[in-house]
Amino acid sequence: MRKFIIKRVALSALILLCVTFIIYGLLRCLPGSFIETQAMTLSQAPGAKSYEEWIAQLNEQYGMDKSIVPGYFVWFKDAVRGQFGDSWKYVVPVTQKFSEVIWLSFVMNGIAFLLELLIAIPLGVVAATKQYSRADYGITAAALVGISLPTFFFATILKLVFSVKLGWFDLYGIVGRNYAQLDSMGKLLDKANHLVLPIATLVIVSVGSLMRYTRTNMLEVLNSDYIRTARAKGLSEHRVIYHHAFRNTLIPLVTIVGGSLPTLFSGALITETLFSIPGIGYTSYQAMVSGDIPFSMFYLAFMAVLTLASNLISDILYAVVDPRVRIS
Amino acid sequence: MSDNKMNNGRPLREQEQFSLNDDRRVKVLSPGALVVKRFLRNRLAVLGMAMLVVMFIFSFIGGMISPYGEDEQFYTYEYLEKEYAGVVENNELRYTTAEGKEFGSLLQAKVQMAKNKGETSFEDKGVKYEIIAEGDDFLSITADGEPLTVASRDIVSSVGEELSFDVKFAALVASAEEQSSFEVDGTAYELDAEGDILQGGEVVGSVSRFVVQPAQTGTKIPDGFKEAVAQAIAAEQEEFTFADAEGKEGNYKLTWKPATESWSVTQEVETYVYDRYLSPNREHWLGTDTNGMDMLTRLMYGGRVSLIIGFIVVIIETGLGVLFGGISGYFGGWVDNLIMRIVDVFYCIPSMPLIIILGAAMDAMKVDPQIRMLYLMLILGFLGWPSIARLVRGQILSLREQEFMTATEACGIRISRRIFRHLIPNVIPQLIVICTMSLGSTIITEATLSFLGLGVKFPFASWGNIINDVNNAFVMTHYWFIWIPAGICLLITVLGFNFVGDGLRDAFDPKMKR
Repeated sequence: MRKFIIKRVALSALILLCVTFIIYGLLRCLPGSFIETQAMTLSQAPGAKSYEEWIAQLNEQYGMDKSIVPGYFVWFKDAVRGQFGDSWKYVVPVTQKFSEVIWLSFVMNGIAFLLELLIAIPLGVVAATKQYSRADYGITAAALVGISLPTFFFATILKLVFSVKLGWFDLYGIVGRNYAQLDSMGKLLDKANHLVLPIATLVIVSVGSLMRYTRTNMLEVLNSDYIRTARAKGLSEHRVIYHHAFRNTLIPLVTIVGGSLPTLFSGALITETLFSIPGIGYTSYQAMVSGDIPFSMFYLAFMAVLTLASNLISDILYAVVDPRVRIS
Repeated sequence: MSDNKMNNGRPLREQEQFSLNDDRRVKVLSPGALVVKRFLRNRLAVLGMAMLVVMFIFSFIGGMISPYGEDEQFYTYEYLEKEYAGVVENNELRYTTAEGKEFGSLLQAKVQMAKNKGETSFEDKGVKYEIIAEGDDFLSITADGEPLTVASRDIVSSVGEELSFDVKFAALVASAEEQSSFEVDGTAYELDAEGDILQGGEVVGSVSRFVVQPAQTGTKIPDGFKEAVAQAIAAEQEEFTFADAEGKEGNYKLTWKPATESWSVTQEVETYVYDRYLSPNREHWLGTDTNGMDMLTRLMYGGRVSLIIGFIVVIIETGLGVLFGGISGYFGGWVDNLIMRIVDVFYCIPSMPLIIILGAAMDAMKVDPQIRMLYLMLILGFLGWPSIARLVRGQILSLREQEFMTATEACGIRISRRIFRHLIPNVIPQLIVICTMSLGSTIITEATLSFLGLGVKFPFASWGNIINDVNNAFVMTHYWFIWIPAGICLLITVLGFNFVGDGLRDAFDPKMKR
């Protein structure tokens, strides 16, 4: 087990190295509109240096004068020490901006994820136990509708209905107009109020896949021999399903849930952007669109780490939860 | 056998008699027919198939039937209320000075001072000025005995040729004394009740309290316009028509603005504009969009773009996936290891942020929309193949141990043929399912990017960039027909692919009971 984990971690580190190098190379190859725009503005000031001189100076200042491979090693050396440079767009250290916005994303995704679990697992179990019934068709269809809903369209409909027509929530942002006047409890409630629609969007759009996953696994378990044995022993249907079947369904569920934990930090790029929620997703979206290389680089590397971490966690959990895997 | 089957050229099923172990007693279905049968039993899958057929007809045939082109714009004449002039009632003294002389603001201030002190004369730079009160709010000032200027609330304006100072002066006097005629230099003038100055029955000017200023600098207020405004104000009309010297008639509206104590005159101007945000009607069933293009036609072409992009991306993905997955699974060993590590790396690249960055870079490079669409497909396809490669490899790993592979080896079939003729066809069911599902998700990805303005760009339509219009909150709240239909098309198509994919998965699964 220990050897397995060490091997996996080492492999992950190698993959991370490749991924960050590819991303770095791509970002460097693309025309960095940011420096050009800034040089253009600076060179237009009265008595300023020419555009070319500014470009050269800014490139040096931002460490863009090195070619890709040495540039990558400089980045990598700093990144290992936890220094990711200063964001060009936000003009603060990348890590500082990151720590400002990450918790909002985490809270939002965390609540959404909990709600997803609470909705998806019971419904998935019901759909599997009553296969081909009306309830099963309804749940499967609803799950597929959720998967098929484009986030931006669904979010816009929610905005139209709940913000514009009913006026319950604000259209954009995380705080209301009179946020500064509220007491600490009011501030919390205000923020919570602004998170309702984004969380609803996240839950409905992503609950479907978890629901189907639960159903598929539950069906597989229900078709297995030990369930037939349990029924043959004359156990009550309730006990068969919730004691024998459901506990076995939990094996794949626990691994997938554990694997999803790191992604709670990844933010919701599209949803946050649609609702202008200043979490990691929206912040990075703005940085990426404006060509902010240090922040984009950090964000992409962070996402890669999260993906690797979730793969690692689900692999380890699988071995931990399922004794059959451990023996073989 | 032929006797059994045919009797006078007609099959006679009822009379057929088979022995018990005859194959023809049981209806034998090929595996393909079984799959079709299972698929057709799934109501959701059939519904999904129907949805897809409708959307395909809508997108690919609809564009041909539609009488309008993809980017055909419609125009309309629209009456715009344009601010034309402001009218103020004059409440302060205005000076009219004799020709060739000047009466600056310093002197005007001195007049005011003298008037406040109750003096009737003052001196400045050796010139003696005398102030004569001619009536209420009406002064005339002489310099060394000669008439220099008049100060009055009423203003004399000329129609046609500029009136001389003497005439203006005389008209103001006549107006103040409420006379109906006066004479200057032997010419007789008449002053009617509306304040018009007539010379021999012709209007040459007018006396009024109103000042008309054009709303835009450079506009010349035509002659006689002021009189028309004064009349309209006096008659408390809200609208009036006025014809200028060339006989061009215009409709004007008068509105009183209490804040500035002035009237504003707006003119109705006919302009040729895009017929934007037209509500659904007989000619445009779903109205028109922000550029005056027919919405329904845009939707059809948008569907075509979305579907074609979806298909090409999936073809690229599948091609790469099958190639690498097949090689990896068949050879195993270090080849497998290498390819799988590449797959791991690709898996780990965060695709959505990367596509956003690439889209923003293409914006910066100002890539042509058509080439951009091509790049978009290549990028999406190139980022999507690893999952297919994994699937293919996994299947092939188990398939290659089976007897039929040993047989192909024994027959000496070459390796590429072994992989792509004998192994890959066995993976096709799973491939079809994953391709159908990824068609749906590719269409969503493309739509999301286009919605963010980083995917398909104008003038090409895509369901995503049609919905992009809701970034304007007014469009979102007031013009449902711009974005709801596009969203519904998108939903129906993706849902169709997912229903069909789901149905196929169940149909291909031999373990399924039904």
